[in-house]
Amino acid sequence: MMDIRDLYQEVILDHSRRPRNFGRLADANCEAEGDNPLCGDRVHIYLRIEGDRVTEARFEGRGCAISMASASLMTDMLRGLALDEVRALFQHFHAVVTHGESAEACDWIDLDKLNVLSGVREYPVRIKCATLAWHTMKAALEGKRTPVRTE
Amino acid sequence: MTDKAAAVRFDPVRARQDFPIFRQPIYGKRLVYLDTAASAQKPRQVIEAIKHCYEAEYANVHRGVYYLSQRASENFEAARETVRSFINAREGREIIFVRGATEAINLVAQTWGRANLTPGDEVLISHIEHHSNIVPWQMLRDQIGCVLRVAPVDDDGALILEEFERLLGPRTRLVAITHMSNALGTITPIAEIIRLAQARGIPVLVDGCQAAPHMDVDVQALGCDFYVFSGHKLYGPSGIGVLYGKAALLEAMPPYQGGGEMIASVTFDKTTFAPIPHKFEAGTPHISGAVGLGAAIDYLRGLDLAAMREHELALMRYASKRLGELNSVRLFGTAADKGAIVSFDVTGIHPHDVGTIIDREGVAVRAGHHCAQPVMDRFNVAATVRASFGLYNTFEDVDALIQGVRRAQEVFAG
Ligand SMILES: Cc1ncc(COP(=O)(O)O)c(C=O)c1O
Repeated sequence: MMDIRDLYQEVILDHSRRPRNFGRLADANCEAEGDNPLCGDRVHIYLRIEGDRVTEARFEGRGCAISMASASLMTDMLRGLALDEVRALFQHFHAVVTHGESAEACDWIDLDKLNVLSGVREYPVRIKCATLAWHTMKAALEGKRTPVRTE
Repeated sequence: MTDKAAAVRFDPVRARQDFPIFRQPIYGKRLVYLDTAASAQKPRQVIEAIKHCYEAEYANVHRGVYYLSQRASENFEAARETVRSFINAREGREIIFVRGATEAINLVAQTWGRANLTPGDEVLISHIEHHSNIVPWQMLRDQIGCVLRVAPVDDDGALILEEFERLLGPRTRLVAITHMSNALGTITPIAEIIRLAQARGIPVLVDGCQAAPHMDVDVQALGCDFYVFSGHKLYGPSGIGVLYGKAALLEAMPPYQGGGEMIASVTFDKTTFAPIPHKFEAGTPHISGAVGLGAAIDYLRGLDLAAMREHELALMRYASKRLGELNSVRLFGTAADKGAIVSFDVTGIHPHDVGTIIDREGVAVRAGHHCAQPVMDRFNVAATVRASFGLYNTFEDVDALIQGVRRAQEVFAG
């Protein structure tokens, strides 16, 4: 059995205590809101996209350590990526938190950061906490207006 | 009575042995089940009654002329009689079997409500209702234009009776209120509420989901017009619950669903409905569910109920005291009159993280809004951790909870 600290690794606790990129992005041109009705987790993702690149990513929200850390890590990683790289990263992240195998080769970015979230695999009911920010980001890119729900 | 004296007359360790689920360890640890308010575990007596129902006495009810159908019908009606005597209803026909409290409230909203309310009429609820005693009234509001009014609670989560009384106005047509809050444990002054409402000619529906397992319920003494509860919180099966209604009210209400079982005669021109309770029990009912619920009530009655309740309250008081002694723990729901539920949060740790960490210690608690989001809003939190006690819990279980919370604090301290 996993130790609980494999889920609550220091990096996660650190990001949840001091989330990076937290707060509104005034000149966002792409944004979306997501919530997880089961937990009451809520997140708002703000992106600034210029050409085909994300030039800035921020978030606001409240929720458990997993959801906040995931949003914090994600916004850190998105900055500077091209949109198809973002999509590939999303696929990779999804694999990491669900089954661990990723078909996507993402050699243009340091993926170690994401692996700290792999602990949720052992906690099926918590996977949606980790995925909330990511699904919301994807919805923002797809221009969805209705809030995202992870259920 | 002192906590010790109750313990002498009620032995939770022995009662616990009646519940097969406790034989299995969880993550290699002794199961500490503190989520009885969501659903209670089942004693062997209930499981066996259901098994017997299917193995030896099963057929559809009220239909067949053959032996098994008669046996099944008798058992089903015997369960109704058991429920009747458990809540001391005057007559068996005042007991309607439904899927649960949720269905019971929807039934009243869609039959009594639609027949009796007009635009501008008011339904008065409280701030500490479960969603199932809010949403059906909102749906009714959207259908017919009635108004939903909400009686406030104080910072302890206790109903403010004077405010409640002030809200009883000339347009109030129904009071629908909980007997005991599932999110906070608050027990409402239900007898006084009923007296105040009925003095103005207003009927009262009581949501007894949490009260039925933990308090003496006597619907005649209370005088309430409707009383609802779910079997699964009363150590019985899920999918079965009870709507109690005064016979005269039930008789005057239109039926809820149409179909078999609920009719006296049908032609293509006209259907005559069956008398109550069958008018409200369309279709084949949850036969084994009713039998299981009857068995659960029989099981409870075999215990010293007064001592059992005293034990559950002693656990709640002990848990509140121990949690109160921890750093950074806030308790929600500190009303003087409350049942065996403690709701709390831990500063800096989201309730879901607390829940996940203590789950690994074998302790099952609920973390979330407990289907009572307005309660969470009232206390400015998104969620709480809730520990709720049942007859199989012990002081050792509370110690495990405290240990678990300490563990969460350790993990988060890094
Ligand atoms: C106070 C209260 N009312 C209503 C309900 C709804 O019960 P059920 O889901 O069994 O219909 C519950 C159960 O969660 C409850 O605690």
